Amino acid sequence: MNDLQQLRFRDPARAEALGEAIHEVCSEIGRDPITLMHVCGSHEQAIARFGLRTGLPKNLDVIMGPGCPVCITDLPEVDEGVALALQGVKVCTYGDMLRVPGTSLSLNDAMARGGNVAVVYSPSQAIEIARKTEEQVVFFATGFETTAVTTAAALLAGDVPENFSILSAHKYIPPAMEIVATMPGSRIEGFLAAGHAAAITGSGLFEPLARKHRMPIVVAGFEPLDILAAVLELLVLVRDGRNEVANLYPRCVSAQGNLPAQKILWQVFELEQGWWRGIADIPDGNLRLRDTYAHLDARKRFDIDIKKLWSHAPHELAAQCVCGDIMAGKCQPTDCGLYGTKCTPDAPVGACMVSSEGACRIWQQYGGRPDLSEVG
Amino acid sequence: MGETIVRKEGAGGKAMRRLIESVFVEGLAKPVDGIGLAALDDGAALRVGDRHLVVTTDSHVVKPIFFAGGDIGRLSISGTVNDLAMMGCTEPLALTCAVILEEGFKRSDLERILRSMREAADEAGVTVVTGDTKVMGRGELDGIALNTTGVGFVQRPVPDNGLRPGDRIIITGTVGDHGFTILTARHGLALEGDLRSDVAPINGLVAAALAAGGEDVVAMKDPTRGGLSSALHEMGGKSRVGILLREPDLPVRAEVRAASELLGIDPLVAANEGKAVIGVRPQAADRVLAALRAHPLGREAAIVATCIEERPGNVILDTGFGKRLLAEIEGDPMPRIC
Ligand code: SF4
Ligand code: SF4
Repeated sequence: MNDLQQLRFRDPARAEALGEAIHEVCSEIGRDPITLMHVCGSHEQAIARFGLRTGLPKNLDVIMGPGCPVCITDLPEVDEGVALALQGVKVCTYGDMLRVPGTSLSLNDAMARGGNVAVVYSPSQAIEIARKTEEQVVFFATGFETTAVTTAAALLAGDVPENFSILSAHKYIPPAMEIVATMPGSRIEGFLAAGHAAAITGSGLFEPLARKHRMPIVVAGFEPLDILAAVLELLVLVRDGRNEVANLYPRCVSAQGNLPAQKILWQVFELEQGWWRGIADIPDGNLRLRDTYAHLDARKRFDIDIKKLWSHAPHELAAQCVCGDIMAGKCQPTDCGLYGTKCTPDAPVGACMVSSEGACRIWQQYGGRPDLSEVG
Repeated sequence: MGETIVRKEGAGGKAMRRLIESVFVEGLAKPVDGIGLAALDDGAALRVGDRHLVVTTDSHVVKPIFFAGGDIGRLSISGTVNDLAMMGCTEPLALTCAVILEEGFKRSDLERILRSMREAADEAGVTVVTGDTKVMGRGELDGIALNTTGVGFVQRPVPDNGLRPGDRIIITGTVGDHGFTILTARHGLALEGDLRSDVAPINGLVAAALAAGGEDVVAMKDPTRGGLSSALHEMGGKSRVGILLREPDLPVRAEVRAASELLGIDPLVAANEGKAVIGVRPQAADRVLAALRAHPLGREAAIVATCIEERPGNVILDTGFGKRLLAEIEGDPMPRIC
């Protein structure tokens, strides 16, 4: 049995030992900074919640990438949902999406103007709602491959009522990692991949990315020790110049992943080029409904005119939001002039302050990233 | 600040402090001989001869009004007795009680509430000496609101700003019990185990700490709304020290931990109604701790934090894995629980 499977995941003594090993490898590498990126809001939460950064060497920078599905949902995608809601269609979506600003309105704003919006916890709940009404019901589907599987499964479960359709804003992570890693000026030397997502797609999926871009990738779980062990492993790969994929979350992730889930996913969705909010146009970054499911595609059913939606300029404050640069690893929340003053969890300007998995919100919740190494 | 009052401005966090400072302190406070409104302590302490008269008042609204471990009646007595105790007054002279009822409120519920007020008052060794009753129309009030005021004398009032670097902070028992009891009741969550409010008058417990620590007890606060986090931010901010809080030393009941993971709310920000945060000089810490643990209400007391020179006004949480700043909450994640 793998060593990792046996250890207790919240054992400070083990954490200290991992911390020491991390320091050692970092000084062997010797560069300043060594930059690693993780791509999961839950990773950032655990790192912030447990204060893991204070124990890391000064020349190691663990940054957060495009790791939150709410944050990377693009403005026009929100606009589409808003337009439908204002048209009287019942738009069902996950709670976090309500406050995410579109170009000029959020779904919350739409609701305040009489728009028809409902919060659901799953696509099947939205289907339930559709069954009980004559109204047109649209499920505004957001999230990465993990949640896309749920959406696909709900559609395949059959017996989908005629007044139900999907507005897919689902995204696919691997191509986004590639884009971010190859952006000009990128300092990223390795990735921590999200354990949940990898549980579906399998760690093997990252092999080509690692080889092609000479970028080691380690699949990591979410407990403090999972993360520290994964950081150490990644540093060792960086030090040794091994552009490999390592799976440090074997209790949930296998090389080939969850095959039945993948089958469901690709049966319903296919990859398409798409914008990730503030980051880039990403080839193969979006998941769109296959033509076989065109009859369930809200975009086809309602003929939404995106161009018309784009005619609004984003309001003044939103123009200053740097969420995109944060998610691309180019800057951090405190670099944003609005952080903590004009943009707070209570009154968010950008998506990163809305979502509980957003970088700005996490920094607010856990007191930012001050240097506390000398304290106490 | 907005044109109208919003709910979070009554929730015990930063927003409430801003409201009180900007509206009440400016509008009402005149300097007094002793501790007045401007100090924003748990109550006032007014010099009378060689003693201090301590006065405190508190209004109570809670939903549900009956909950595991207590009810609004017990809460209203405990809250005021505890506020007096936090000023060092552990033998209150008397309480007053005003009741505002909504038309349609059940007589039997009112009787039950008064019975439990009586019980709590007996536990605290205090009497209610005067009161007032008003009834409002349906919909003008949510059931019942209680206001209690307490008075008593004390030789040496204990402020909440007397901390210095090196001082230790003791919590008298597990944190978050009341907040999570109310919260799970409201969310209709049925959780395993025995989650119940800690609401109780703790003047006896505080008296034991004061007897053991004497002048070395330098600051006290009850971690009600905003929980331990708010209490520490306030004490540290007013005393101009940083506070290093060790999470692994923090007593938290397993039920509260479970509910906390489920709801994503930190026990550190959840209200307590039968606990005290006590700041003591280092040499007295063990003595005070032993005295607390010998008392039935303080068996799980623990030394959880140390005051430091760095980062005055901030609370630094040592998680056992690393350190981070404990962010002071804006409003309460659990509005209107006390
Ligand atoms: S969906 Fe799961 S894996 Fe993906 S970012 Fe969120 S928590 Fe991480
Ligand atoms: S602080 Fe607000 S406005 Fe600035 S980047 Fe974050 S979410 Fe955007």
